[in-house]
Amino acid sequence: MVDLRWLTSLDLVRSESSEEEIEVDARRLPYRTLNERLAELVRQGASRLRVLAVSGQRYLGTNLMAPVRVAIDGVPGNDLGAFMDGPQIEVMGDAQDGCGNTMNSGLIAVHGSVGDIAGHSMRGGTILVRDNAGYRVGIHMKEYGERCPAIVIGGTAQHFLGEYMAGGVILVLGRSLETGDIHPSRYIGTGMHGGVIYLRGKFDERFLGKEVGVAPLDDDDWATVRQYVFAYARYFDEDPEPLLRGSYAKLYPRTRRPYGRLYAY
Amino acid sequence: MSWSDLENRYGDDRVSSACGLFGFIDTTGERHDGQAAISALTSMKERGNGLGAGYAVYGCYPQLAEAYALHVMCRTEDDRKEMARYLAGAFEIVHQEPLPVHSSAGVVDAPLIWRFFCVPRQADDGDKDADEYVVRAVMTANTRMEGAYVYSSGKNLGMFKGVGHPEEIAEYFRVADYAGYLWTAHNRFPTNTPGWWGGAHPFGLLDWSVVHNGEISSYGTNRRYLETKGYHCTMRTDTEVMAYAADLLMRRHGLTPKQAALVMASPLWNEIEVLPEEEQRTCQTIRQTYGPLLMNGPFTVIIARSGELIGLGDRIRLRPLTAAIAGPMLYVSSEIAAVHLIERQVEAVWTPFGGEPVIGRLGEVPECPRAVPKRVARIIEEPTYG
Repeated sequence: MVDLRWLTSLDLVRSESSEEEIEVDARRLPYRTLNERLAELVRQGASRLRVLAVSGQRYLGTNLMAPVRVAIDGVPGNDLGAFMDGPQIEVMGDAQDGCGNTMNSGLIAVHGSVGDIAGHSMRGGTILVRDNAGYRVGIHMKEYGERCPAIVIGGTAQHFLGEYMAGGVILVLGRSLETGDIHPSRYIGTGMHGGVIYLRGKFDERFLGKEVGVAPLDDDDWATVRQYVFAYARYFDEDPEPLLRGSYAKLYPRTRRPYGRLYAY
Repeated sequence: MSWSDLENRYGDDRVSSACGLFGFIDTTGERHDGQAAISALTSMKERGNGLGAGYAVYGCYPQLAEAYALHVMCRTEDDRKEMARYLAGAFEIVHQEPLPVHSSAGVVDAPLIWRFFCVPRQADDGDKDADEYVVRAVMTANTRMEGAYVYSSGKNLGMFKGVGHPEEIAEYFRVADYAGYLWTAHNRFPTNTPGWWGGAHPFGLLDWSVVHNGEISSYGTNRRYLETKGYHCTMRTDTEVMAYAADLLMRRHGLTPKQAALVMASPLWNEIEVLPEEEQRTCQTIRQTYGPLLMNGPFTVIIARSGELIGLGDRIRLRPLTAAIAGPMLYVSSEIAAVHLIERQVEAVWTPFGGEPVIGRLGEVPECPRAVPKRVARIIEEPTYG
């Protein structure tokens, strides 16, 4: 069920490549101009781009329908990689809100934190976040057939993680928590009716979404977790072994139709 | 041609979005010109649609700091005269003038905008009563006159707002020429209420200013409650209640910003239940006392007064706000890129929890709350604006 194709493409991103990297200076460019320039370069055959001095320009990666690699220096704007199909984006810092919104395939790797609603309605591909995430990460995430999106967060996430989640995998590693601290996230999985959330570290069970069940990991779960932990560790040059230790919990939807009776009398 | 073409001179070619907020306080009191706020707000141009932008600047009238600076929008010259007559009766007017504007700024259909520096005639018995006197005078003027509004009435506070994009409004009012230690700025995407000059943000009363993103679904309840306390809503938009609620709670009733946040964005009952006993009692008492001032719906606001800036989001954070610290500077913004654009030495960045206020005060070094997940503080070599 887990989409492994991106793992091989990940090797491409991190390996030294002989392909030429083309630099684009984003300074003072409106988002439309910048995105059109990137698309034009891809049409001309560019396969590696580096965008410099990005300052809030939106929708980067949206219109690049090819497995190109894009490195971003600066702060990309909202909806980074929205509807993205194929590209591999590496952000050398923080991303803002809505990164990976309705993303279809590809990779977004963030060497920092993301804002709210990362992976909103995501339907394929992978988001790797080195540090923390804001509210409502993975809201409305879904899966179908071979497409199984995944979000890995190295630190912690704020409230409503996996809200209305319908499919896919969210893994939160709790690296930013001090010893003894619990994840600050409340209302995890509110309205969840598909997919799975793996949490490493303690969390407040009083404030879980009402639709969520908690279980220990079985062998299949561990296989999934291991894959994503290895991917995260390799991408951010961390040792995976310590990340596989510690307490893990699996959060799953107790029903596929939580609101099936909401309007039925 | 459709109705929307007639009402919206920008046509319909606008990506659906949300308002943009930006604000900062230099807690040392050093004054900054308007360029930083303008650049930051303009960088979030996509958050608005040209139907409203505005700036509030604290500390901009040091020569006339003891007078209330009443900023007035007037439909016609007759309306201005009527307002001037009323103000001359209620106040000693120290100085009055039209706001200096650049008529080439691309702004159209601008009303007449004047400022009157006023001292209350019956204000010999101290500041507190002078404030009350000004509130009553503003409410009277705004409810009695059809064609003129007092939209800003603080001391040493200027507000510059209207229908246009952030850079157009800034150029029109020459905002870059003003200097202040606290700025707030707003870029509007009107949704539920008309985009008109009086409806642009900030909203103000006395030295309160409010910029707002979102909607206050409880507007009717809030408005009715505030009317019983002498506040009258005349600006045809929900944000107004936030300014009056701030005045009632924090000036008249003396609540701290944290207590006021418990009123406007109270924790949910199930969260109150798990608090330590004393905090539980506080939260319960506040909810019971000020139930009609709970602000429901998705919102983020920046509320400011002399020497203090407060960023606050609704309790389940349905609108964005990011906070950042750079030495004595505290920034709040809808998008963090706007802060990095103008500030090279950002030390801490975080996403505040819904309902938890971000507070900056003159003379207090700003601090990042311990319990919030931090984001990367990027140090950018040089600001890229200008």
